[in-house]
Parts: sequence; structure tokens; C-alpha cells
Amino acid sequence: MKQLWLTAKLDIVESLRARWFQIYTLVFGGIVALLFLFGLTESRVLGFIGLSRLLVTYIQLTMAILPIFVLITTVRSVAGDREAGVFEYLLSLPVSLSAWFWGKIVGRYIVVFTPVFLAMAGAVGWATIQGIEVPWEMFGYYTALLAVMAMCFLGIGMLISAIARTTDMAQGAAFMVWLFLLLFLDLILLGVMIQGKVAPEFAVTLALANPLQVFRTAALALFDPQLIVLGPSAYVILDLFGVAGYKIFALVYPATLGLLSATVGYFIFRRGDLP
Amino acid sequence: MIQFNNVAKTFRRARVLDGITLNIGLGERVALIGSNGAGKTTLIRCLLGEYTFDGTVAINGLDPRSNRTVVLGQIGFVPQLPPPLKMPVGQLIEFSAALCGTDPLRIHAIAKRLGLDLESILARQFVRLSGGMKQKLLIAIALGRDAKVLVMDEPAANLDPEARKIFFDLLAERLEDATMIISSHRLDEVSALVNRVIEMDMGKVVLDDKVADAISLTATLTCRIVLSRFEPAFAKALDGWKFTSHDENLIWEGNIAGPDRLRFLGIISRYTALVSELSLAEAKT
Repeated sequence: MKQLWLTAKLDIVESLRARWFQIYTLVFGGIVALLFLFGLTESRVLGFIGLSRLLVTYIQLTMAILPIFVLITTVRSVAGDREAGVFEYLLSLPVSLSAWFWGKIVGRYIVVFTPVFLAMAGAVGWATIQGIEVPWEMFGYYTALLAVMAMCFLGIGMLISAIARTTDMAQGAAFMVWLFLLLFLDLILLGVMIQGKVAPEFAVTLALANPLQVFRTAALALFDPQLIVLGPSAYVILDLFGVAGYKIFALVYPATLGLLSATVGYFIFRRGDLP
Repeated sequence: MIQFNNVAKTFRRARVLDGITLNIGLGERVALIGSNGAGKTTLIRCLLGEYTFDGTVAINGLDPRSNRTVVLGQIGFVPQLPPPLKMPVGQLIEFSAALCGTDPLRIHAIAKRLGLDLESILARQFVRLSGGMKQKLLIAIALGRDAKVLVMDEPAANLDPEARKIFFDLLAERLEDATMIISSHRLDEVSALVNRVIEMDMGKVVLDDKVADAISLTATLTCRIVLSRFEPAFAKALDGWKFTSHDENLIWEGNIAGPDRLRFLGIISRYTALVSELSLAEAKT
């Protein structure tokens, strides 16, 4: 356990000094600042006003940015470290491979999740000072969603890093994974599938296997519990899970997917050449 | 101590190690030489348990891959190219010392002997140090613990003559209780440090020879050079060797470390036309 925390701490320190982290923090901090600056808390859309309106917009933007950011930065730094000889040196020290791999994940997770959370927490703090009502339930669930989203894409990123031998390959693969998930995010595509006599249950299952779609639907469900904007797909989803069930599924499934990806990545990592 | 038994490594279709079998005993100082692509680095990575391979590698009977923490706890490693670590020097020392179970002050003490003032650079990123500073720090980390095996890839390449002398002294202190594997492209760089030479070519051992162990690692040679005429380039070449000159820069005198004699003569050989007299004498103890 000591080795794991040492590795995690090392990864945090390395990341804090990396340019990607500075940009990453600036992006999420900047989003919240801009949303306040543009007076989003004052505007009303679909009955949403105040901090709820800001949080809904923030999570939509985060869902668009965070996955690709986490994927690319993870594979870039892990594969890049391997290419640059960092692994050759640090893995010549007496650290177990499990402590190294999982320590890197823990460190990276803290680094990836903290700015996203702090930006949202900062918004809540500012709202409290300004006397704007804070929707705590929404804040809690969105925090959990973001935590799970970071875990999911970090796990996938570590799996890609374990498989790809070069930074270029890793980056290309990460981009392809994101593009693939994005493709199946398209509800029009699912509509076409249903029109093409594919069973609706199959189309929806396909959509729900996509973590991006799971997050998107979960974020929608919080202000549209009947998922009216999803159209007929909503019937299948709500029949299958129910409103509360889906909220739980949206947390459990991506977390499992992330952990599973990381575990497979770990076994590939320990089985092959390290540097 | 270290056993390589029929070790083979293939990358895609390229066979980089081709059935290496070696036994290296305690106290042996091995020069691992060969041109680029000979397989030296791959062999070292197999020894460190970083590569998978066919055959077996054992250190004191233990496989370095499946007994990583135990085996690597006994190995001090200095890579040829320092890793581009962004962490501060202080953290690298703390991290290495904590993993290796050693006192960071031991690393500080060795760095100080090598002429590296750690206190002033503890907060500086490792990657921002000069090549020589990085090398000294990595040597200090490798030697600042009770390693039974020292694996060093061109360890003295970036050191100035004074630091090299101290480095040789540090190695001399470990002669009795450590096995050393020193990798280099050129034998003359490491010949004085070793008592066995293993040359590799195309993934095979092509030469495995014991060499005379006559040169003491701590020996010092007194050197005197008389020039027929002075050239500023000559003075520049001797910069760092701490030589003094007199008689209008025509006579140069100084001391060099015994194991550094070939390197020194290599430098002087570039100015053969200027040198009218050269003497090297072992300092009397």
C-alpha cells in the first residue's frame, strides 16, 4: 500500500507540473467563470433558473469535453513516459507492478477529477455567497456522475496505454474510441436502425452500452424524469430500469466498465515488456 | 550471483538477444561493450525484469520479474539517458529512498561527494538540471543504498574529470560487496574500471575475457606535459582537469585519476603536434 501511495503521489506531482493539466484546469475553471459571467444563473430555459440552470449547462459541456480530454492526456502521458525512458528508470526501482499501475491510476484519477469537481464546487460556493438557492440533490448526483465519468474514461485510457506501444498509436486509438462512442451517441442513427426493423430493445441496449449515452441520458433524467426528449427510446429505458433504477445504472455501469478496462489493462501491462 | 541461461529476446521478427548464457559472480566488475544494436540495453532490461524473454535470468536464484521488489531492492541502476522527470529533485530522492528502504541522507552525502549541492536544487525539476547534474544525482541514488549489483550504462559519460575521480573512489569502496555491470560503446571508457570484458554483437556474446586487474580505482597519476608552442585550444581541452601552467603556458602539470588515463590520453592525442614531452607517473603512496 505504501508503494501504491508513493506512486500515486509521484504521478500527482508530475501531472501538476504538466502543461496538459494547466490547460485542463483552465478549461473547466474557465467554463464555470464564463457561465457566471454571461449571467446564466439569471436566464430561464425549460423552467430552469439559478444554479440548476448553470449546473445543467456545465455538465453538458463537461460531457462533451472530459472524455476526450481524459483519454488523450492519459494515453499521451503514459505512452509518452514509456517512450521517453521514464518507465525504464522508475521501474528499475523496487516497486511492484500492481502498486505502480494502480498507483498511477489513483494519482491520475485525483488529478483528473479534482479540477472538474472544484469548478462545480466553486460555483456552488459562489451561489451560496450570492444568496442563490443551491439544488443539493442535483449537485450531489452530478458530482457522482462526473466522478464515474472520470473513472470510466481513465480506465479505458489506461487500457489503451497498456496495449499501444507508441504515443502516436495510443493517441490514434484513443481518438478512434471516442469517435466510435460519439457515433453511437447519435439518436438519429438509432432511429434509422429501428426503422430498418432492428428491435427497439436492441437499439436501446446498444445505446446504453455506450457510456457517453448513459451519461447524457442520466443528465437529462434529472430535469426530464420521463425522458420526453428521447422519444420512444424512453419507454424502453424506463420500462427496463424505472427512473431511480436508471440513475443507479448510470453510476454503476460506467464505473464497472472503467474498472474492468483498467483491470484488463493491468494484466496486459504486467504480461508484456514494461518500457 | 547473476545467471543468464539461454536468454533470447525477439522484437517482432528481429532477434535482439540470441541465446545468451553467462554467469557473473560476486565482486566481478564487468564491462558490457558492443556497438549500437548489439543487445546491451536489452540484456540489462532483462536483468532488471523489464522485458519478457525466453530462457531464464536469476539473481541469487531469484527471477527479477516475479520477485521484483526483492531483486530490484538489491540493484542500483544508472541509465544512459536520464529520464525526463518533471518532479522536483527532492521528491525524486524521497521516492527512491522510500522504495529502496534507505535514508535520503545517504543519497545527499554521495551527491555532495560528487560535487552536487543538493540543498540549492531540491525544488528544481529534475528535467531542468544539466546533463552532468542529472548523472551525478542518478549515481547518488544508485550508490546511496546497499545494492549488491550495480548496473550502469555509460555512467561517467557526462561527468567532469573531478567528479569522475570521486565516482571511481565511490566504486572502489564497493569492490568487496558488489557486482558491477558497466555498459559502454567503447572499451577505453570503462577498461580501467573492470576485471572482465563481455563484448556483444548481433545479440550474441562474441568475447568473454578476464582482464588484468592492475589499475587501482583509487590510484592517482601525476602528469607533466611540455608543449613546443601554446595553443588556446589546448588550454580549453584541459579545462576541468585542473592543470596548472607556467613558463608562458608551455609546461602543464596536474593529477589525473588512474582509471581515467586512457580517456586523458585520448584527449591529449588530438594535440600530438604540440606535445614535445609527456610523462605520467603513479603517485607514491
